[in-house]
Amino acid sequence: MELFRSQVLICGGTGCSSSGSGELIRLFEEKIAENGLDKEIKVVRTGCFGLCQAGPVVIVYPEGTFYSRVKAEDVEEIVTEHLLKGRPVSRLEYKDKTVQSNVEKSLEEIGFYKKQKRIALRNCGRIDPENIDEYIAFDGYKALAKVLTSMTPEQVIDEVTRSGLRGRGGAGFPTGKKWLFAYNSKNEQKYVACNADEGDPGAFMDRSVLEGDPHAVIEAMAIAGYAIGASEGYIYVRAEYPIAVKRLNVAIGQAREYGLLGKNIFESGFNFDLHIRLGAGAFVCGEETALMASVEGKRGEPRVRPPFPAVKGLFGKPTVLNNVETYANICQIILNGADWFASMGTEKSKGTKVFALGGKIVNTGLVEIPMGTTLREIIFDIGGGIPNGKKFKAAQTGGPSGGCIPAEHLDVPIDYDNLIAIGSMMGSGGMIVMDEDNCMVDIARFFLDFTVDESCGKCTPCRIGTRRMLEILERIVSGKGEDGDIEKLETLARNIKATALCGLGQTAPNPVLSTLHYFRDEYEAHIKEKRCPAHHCNALLNFEITDKCRGCTLCARNCPVGAITGTVKEKHVIDVKKCIKCGACMEKCKFGAIIKK
Amino acid sequence: MSQQNEKYEQLKAAIEEHRGEKGALMPILQKAQDIFGYVPKDVQEFIAESIGCTLSEVYGVATFYSQFTLEPHGEYVIGVCLGTACYVKGSQKVLDKISEELKVPVGKTTPDGKFTLNATRCLGACGLAPVMMINGEVYGRLVPEDIPGILAKY
Repeated sequence: MELFRSQVLICGGTGCSSSGSGELIRLFEEKIAENGLDKEIKVVRTGCFGLCQAGPVVIVYPEGTFYSRVKAEDVEEIVTEHLLKGRPVSRLEYKDKTVQSNVEKSLEEIGFYKKQKRIALRNCGRIDPENIDEYIAFDGYKALAKVLTSMTPEQVIDEVTRSGLRGRGGAGFPTGKKWLFAYNSKNEQKYVACNADEGDPGAFMDRSVLEGDPHAVIEAMAIAGYAIGASEGYIYVRAEYPIAVKRLNVAIGQAREYGLLGKNIFESGFNFDLHIRLGAGAFVCGEETALMASVEGKRGEPRVRPPFPAVKGLFGKPTVLNNVETYANICQIILNGADWFASMGTEKSKGTKVFALGGKIVNTGLVEIPMGTTLREIIFDIGGGIPNGKKFKAAQTGGPSGGCIPAEHLDVPIDYDNLIAIGSMMGSGGMIVMDEDNCMVDIARFFLDFTVDESCGKCTPCRIGTRRMLEILERIVSGKGEDGDIEKLETLARNIKATALCGLGQTAPNPVLSTLHYFRDEYEAHIKEKRCPAHHCNALLNFEITDKCRGCTLCARNCPVGAITGTVKEKHVIDVKKCIKCGACMEKCKFGAIIKK
Repeated sequence: MSQQNEKYEQLKAAIEEHRGEKGALMPILQKAQDIFGYVPKDVQEFIAESIGCTLSEVYGVATFYSQFTLEPHGEYVIGVCLGTACYVKGSQKVLDKISEELKVPVGKTTPDGKFTLNATRCLGACGLAPVMMINGEVYGRLVPEDIPGILAKY
């Protein structure tokens, strides 16, 4: 391997790519060559660093200088000042708002990273995901070698079981147990599958692992194959993740080339190979039986379990299906041992969990924390709190299957069981923060709208029941709520939970139930007082012109229904009866004289 | 017409590539969507015949997944993210603004065939919320006022 005196790591994850990191990589290479430094300095396109808020992110090693929101026009300065003359460009360095000093030098000192523990994400932002040698340099494929040369399948399963690892896709089923079931199913042909159909809105953990460290998943799937006795695997990944798909393909190709996939791996007689299947935009395919139907080329409709996939899965054969993040933990468990992994986390939830922090939070991005960390630590210490001086209202976890956690539960240690106890769930790891401006009834409506659209239609409770719930919620937010609506919602929710065919339907009412539990007063205000306490639902707001009005007539001229009257240079008035609450006047007013009440 | 023939040749080649593979209908349909830009009835019939299944099976799969469309889309496809992170940061208002500017409802194409407006699932660029994508180009941290300027570029 060639040696370089310095390396420029540039995030090539979806977030930073969207804000132009691809162009930065090209420019850095160009400017470095122009200055004759291309033999000394290497540009590396890595996976996600996690701090998407600061993207595009550029890190210069060995110093570890962290540059944020780098623009194309900044590249020349970084190259000539920092790389050529050794003077870091301080105006571009990331300023951490969570600590006193204004400039931070190294990654570990930044508040965002301090409380994190990166196991599943350990290589993300550290290696070039398209270069298998870099993965191998960080102990890559060592776990597979250890398993194939010195462990029996039973020992592998035992190690995973003792580690306490539970499925990171949401439900939290013990991974070792799942493998044991598949191991015990006798069949000549078995399959290993990976669920990378990450559909929860606001969740992008799996994508980041695939983009940043695809070999970790490939290696773990081979280990699972050895453990249960399967020689073939399928990765089902969302077509909406083009970068992840590309890197997986590159990685699989390289692994085959190195003999780490294919026949007789490590001369052990073990054969294993992988196929990639792309999703086509159906949320329900995240459900395991639907996913397998989709891999088989059919409509992605779920079926009744049992039989479970471990008995009758892909193409009718025993199958182990795990989520991407679950696999990303496997190699580390094999290398460091079950006890190491089990030493982290809480009694029933071991290890770490990756969350995608989004919404009304200062540091949007990807974080990996030990189980048992509190929501307060995640949101305020790591996430940097709520922007614009607003108040925290709730954190939504578990996507359309989960619930909203209010401020009173900020200090609950996060693990599978605690989240269920407070009416939400771990889910795949999306965590959306909401502030006082978000209406919780509207959030419930938003999620129901999602489930109605994504319901596959196979079973009646989900197909029709969720639609009835949505209709009621739509009525409530548009100011037409009636007495008894809350009770109707509760009855429907109970029945759908009890009777829907699959996880999608059974959990669809959760966003409504959890907001009803913690924010019932907001529902009541909408229904009884025709008022939206968060000032969000337009139909329930009245627009008013305040004394700031200069009488410029702009609002009156832009009102589509002629609801505003007044003479030039005098305060105007809105006729609330005529007003259709479109908000056009408020948008046009140059003096901030129009308010919503 | 020859252009159309060429497309069918491409599709034929793709089908051959997957010959004998288990569960090949999805990858074949994905290829067809790529080649034609949509999967009209003729294409579905062609696929059904080539791989020896019924038209209803092909139609069933084509209509189940949102990635497959039975109608051609506009020259520019606008996808406004309605994932949770974007939604709580106001992407609905961005979507409404585009719909108002282009005078086209969500899910439809403008009469001149220039723009198709879609509300999409999470694009995963939550750090840039609210975001939208126009033919692969991502626009982030949007406010409704940005819209006329962006649309004018196309």
